[in-house]
Amino acid sequence: MIISVASGKGGTGKTTIAVNLALSLRNVQLLDCDVEEPNAHIFLKPEIKETFSAFIPIPEVDSEKCNTCGKCREVCAYHAIAVIPSNGETKGSVLVFPHLCHGCGACSLLCPQKAIKEVHKEIGIVEIGTAKGIQFVHGKLNVGEVMSPPLIRQVEDRIDPTKTVIIDAPPGTSCPVIAAVKKSDYCILVTEPTPFGLNDLVLAVEVLRKIRIPFGVVINRSDIGDDKVDKYCQGNKIPILLRIPFDKGIALLYSRGIPLVQEKVEYKDKFRKLFDCINKLSVLKAK
Amino acid sequence: MKQIVVISGKGGTGKSVLTASFATLAKNKVMVDCDVDAADLHLLLHPVIKERHQFRSGKKAVIDRKLCTGCGSCIAVCRFDAVSGGFAIDPISCEGCVLCSHICPTGAITMEENLAGEYFVSNTKYGPFVHAKLGIAEDNSGKLVAKIRQVAKEIAERDKLDYVIIDGPPGIGCPVIASLSGVDCAVVVTEPTLSGLHDAKRVIEVAGHFKVPVKLVVNKYDLNEEMTGAIENFCGDNGVTVIGKIGFDKAVVESMVAGKTIVEYCDGGIKEEIVNIWGKVAV
Repeated sequence: MIISVASGKGGTGKTTIAVNLALSLRNVQLLDCDVEEPNAHIFLKPEIKETFSAFIPIPEVDSEKCNTCGKCREVCAYHAIAVIPSNGETKGSVLVFPHLCHGCGACSLLCPQKAIKEVHKEIGIVEIGTAKGIQFVHGKLNVGEVMSPPLIRQVEDRIDPTKTVIIDAPPGTSCPVIAAVKKSDYCILVTEPTPFGLNDLVLAVEVLRKIRIPFGVVINRSDIGDDKVDKYCQGNKIPILLRIPFDKGIALLYSRGIPLVQEKVEYKDKFRKLFDCINKLSVLKAK
Repeated sequence: MKQIVVISGKGGTGKSVLTASFATLAKNKVMVDCDVDAADLHLLLHPVIKERHQFRSGKKAVIDRKLCTGCGSCIAVCRFDAVSGGFAIDPISCEGCVLCSHICPTGAITMEENLAGEYFVSNTKYGPFVHAKLGIAEDNSGKLVAKIRQVAKEIAERDKLDYVIIDGPPGIGCPVIASLSGVDCAVVVTEPTLSGLHDAKRVIEVAGHFKVPVKLVVNKYDLNEEMTGAIENFCGDNGVTVIGKIGFDKAVVESMVAGKTIVEYCDGGIKEEIVNIWGKVAV
């Protein structure tokens, strides 16, 4: 079973839920797919055993073979290629803008001169390790890189289907979130009972309905704000899986990078119940 | 005219609350919400929409079933797993690269223009406000950010405004870089947690990469003063000025529930601190 943890709004507690759920179960793999700002390692302090570079393919033009016909520029949907034509005296050339390239392969496949080959460009790293019996994988986007979805997909290539897989997703509702939650069987949406929390929860719900992934809600800092998140969930038949009240002690543990279940052991039971609840909901859905 | 962006790396540190406060404190400005996939600033600024524009960006492949012979060439070349075994395009996976339409031997694949979202030019009691809504499960957020920043800049130039104040998205990727490029100052809001420090470091690095000067604010600084000290040390060692520390205050959530900016909602310490911070941003 693959469970992703997402939220429209940032800072609602995705990493807290993902890490503590992982620490409460057996035979678990945790993937931190918030590759722009990964934080799960701060709490799990994994021993990293393998590090890989994550690449995307970008074009490299062989100037000997290239006759600057312009086909590559014409087919590139991302304006990642410019062609400077020959002016009779100097030979023309092709410029590649790697940050705009999506690595689709169109230019190299369609070049009439077969002058384009693809080379690897590093966009980040994938690290694999273990922490407290959990198999740990995360991705880290290089600073200044634009595109996180290819790196997220490379983190998810490491999914071990024999384990309970927990995916810590990035905030928001756009392509990186889709890339992170797409393979999951169930998604936990973490929110807080504030107007911002509700606004972004509604957006996240729309995304999950569109990509047809079943989901439930965890309300963090459940005793602040107002009751509109509750009412929204009731009105839309969305299960509320867990409520965690605001507690300065929890906030302090978080600030020091200490997992909640390590100090407040009673939460282990709550996270196991959360997992049982998801299992039951999934079985019901299958029937 | 100065462009100022509020970013954080980590989500939920208080970007929109601070940006909304700047909206009440700054004179002669246009506001922009560049967190286009989870926009919240409108909940505090209460815009009256004046102009509504469709945002078209990129294309999506469509297969004409009558012309398709099922040869599978499109499936073989697509790197985004966007063509199903039944020869239908999954519009969420399709990145609009156009390769399949060139490869298809029977010309069965055409590209259709994609409606990626909407953007709005609004009036608020604080002045003009440009904001957007990315379509559900859409990509192209960076391009939408660039678009609304351009619209806001044009308003600022036309009306001779002093500031473009930008609420940025979390993270360090595409929409953050689009929000950050070419601004005069980035205000990084963080919180005194290991995660907050870790993420602030990364976003400060990104700002450095694009040569944008950074000023830092620690929000809820008194939740862990030791960690606040660590953040101040980091900033000191890296030439980043800490321009303010905002204490934890339940009034922040209350003001949000009341739909008001925090500086309008309450008097006292937190308001003074934010007024001070704006003074240091505005210079």
